[in-house]
Amino acid sequence: MATLEFERELVKLREDLEEIREDRGFKGDREARISELEFELKARTTRVFAELTPWDKVQLARHPDRPHALDFIDLILTDFVEMHGDRHFGDDPAVVGGPAKLAGQRVMVIGHQKGRDTRENVRRNFGMASPEGFRKARRLMVQAEKFGMPVVTLLDIPGASPVLEAEERGQAWAIADNLLEMAGLRVPIVVVVIGEGGSGGALALGIGDRILMLEHTVYSVASPEGAASIVWRDHKFAPEAAAALKLTPPDLIELGIVDRIVPEPPGGAHIDFDAAAELLVGALEDELAALAGRDIDALVAARYEKFRSMGRGAVAPV
Amino acid sequence: MKIFGRRDRERRGPEGLWHTCRECGEMAYEREFEMAHKVCPKCGFHERLSAPERIALLLDDPEAFVQIAPRLATTDPLKFERDGLTYPEHLARYQQSSGLIEAVICGKGRLDGAEICLAVIDFRFLGASMGAVVGEKITLTVEAAMEARLPLVIVNCSGGARMQEGMLSLMQMAKTSAALRRFHDAGLLYISVMTDPTLAGVTASFASLADVIVAEPGATIGFTGRRLIEQIVKQKLPEDAQSAEFMQEHGMVDLVSPRRALKDLLGRLLNLYTGAGAPVDSPAEEAEAASVEESPEGPEAAPKVDESQPAGGQV
Repeated sequence: MATLEFERELVKLREDLEEIREDRGFKGDREARISELEFELKARTTRVFAELTPWDKVQLARHPDRPHALDFIDLILTDFVEMHGDRHFGDDPAVVGGPAKLAGQRVMVIGHQKGRDTRENVRRNFGMASPEGFRKARRLMVQAEKFGMPVVTLLDIPGASPVLEAEERGQAWAIADNLLEMAGLRVPIVVVVIGEGGSGGALALGIGDRILMLEHTVYSVASPEGAASIVWRDHKFAPEAAAALKLTPPDLIELGIVDRIVPEPPGGAHIDFDAAAELLVGALEDELAALAGRDIDALVAARYEKFRSMGRGAVAPV
Repeated sequence: MKIFGRRDRERRGPEGLWHTCRECGEMAYEREFEMAHKVCPKCGFHERLSAPERIALLLDDPEAFVQIAPRLATTDPLKFERDGLTYPEHLARYQQSSGLIEAVICGKGRLDGAEICLAVIDFRFLGASMGAVVGEKITLTVEAAMEARLPLVIVNCSGGARMQEGMLSLMQMAKTSAALRRFHDAGLLYISVMTDPTLAGVTASFASLADVIVAEPGATIGFTGRRLIEQIVKQKLPEDAQSAEFMQEHGMVDLVSPRRALKDLLGRLLNLYTGAGAPVDSPAEEAEAASVEESPEGPEAAPKVDESQPAGGQV
């Protein structure tokens, strides 16, 4: 388990609590001690999380123990069959997807996929998708439209792969094609940021009828490090950039970009995958049910209007 | 709003001044350099053009260009500040130095007789970064072209997203792409001209979502900037990586056109794809006579297709 600086005291409390729960020979009132510790853990968690800076929130969204796309797929969906390949060049393990069922209903699920350990991270390029990943995603979206399945996308990417090979194979073109495709896709699309919503690589799976963010995630035009090196000319100003970029879920609700925040269990999704999955599945069921009844022309028109209006409040004639 | 300021009209400068090429370091007569639309007469390096210069290069009558939303400006939605410098203060510097309100000029005009909607992005304005104004004006131009059923030409360049507008900037990629989806569904022509540099969010949205992509020689084109790639892979990239020619070789752009032939090429493409403007099979003399008459800057300013260029891909 990885532990962030501000998580230390909470981890210590959780360990103490676990120890007493397991210690059959505890001297004294074991039950009372447990509820005392539970109360303290709850209070301290609330306090610690209330005081997080935007930069802390970035760390939390990048927490290596957070559930990734395949963890959520495993916990909230059934019958998932992972599809591979873009039919042009290769298969990108940094993007996963395929048909599955959510509460018995067919869906096409597509997500960015980070690795759990070093070896898997190398294989999945730390979740930094290549053009092949975006093209696989597009292929699955087109299939979803053909077979009338709503699309659920799970966003968790530091940024699109920044290497020359990706450039040679048209990274920008692959992302742009997805934007064009999703803008007019004739099935409902629900987008969920489950970790790090990093820039254009995130947006390449990010156009939909409803945009959700898990409570401890971020969604940003560039990584705070990248923005700092552009604006401050030094990536060390990442904490300042994180604050200035307005990348947390409440910020993005206020800017009219995100529709809904999905709560996470106390301490974050990485403390309790099952509880996090249950909260997510509830939100997805609501959202998909609300979209299922909509006339498809009206839905696509409303999706256009949703994105057409973004930034309208940010411009005015002088 | 006037797009041709005093500086633009006087841009040729007095005779006898020298221009030093940013690429080869050789000196050439300023006048010769300006007459070649800022292409180095020694090495062929294409210096960046401002948006007014580009409009003057491409349109039959630049003064007749009717602008779309010329006075649109940002409202600083994030209240962005860096070291005590607010975003509006930062912008004011660029507005002063460039004479522009924002990084893009859009409108309607004629190119070789064909009526088009044209958007031109200007690198001098904050690295031609895309914020809500750029996204909105590009979208308005796409919509205007759709409304009037006109071809669309966008002369692209950009360093990427406008950091100071955060996620609202990223969402302009979605907005412009959604507008282009409707535009393409309506069966209309969009030609993208990629100039130096066309990078990041602009390449990954409206710049590449075109029917035809024309690039200027030597322009840097791509998604991730060279500096970041080199930082990450910890090695120098080849000199030509991400050049227009490199991108053409990898199948990402249709044509690399020298600037002197650009207007003629666009005129031909507009005619070939839509039938608009001067017919391509008209006798050469007639086309020449027409462009001499229409060009506000005389015959030397009207670029022609250079027959000495190799065929096969390059124009």
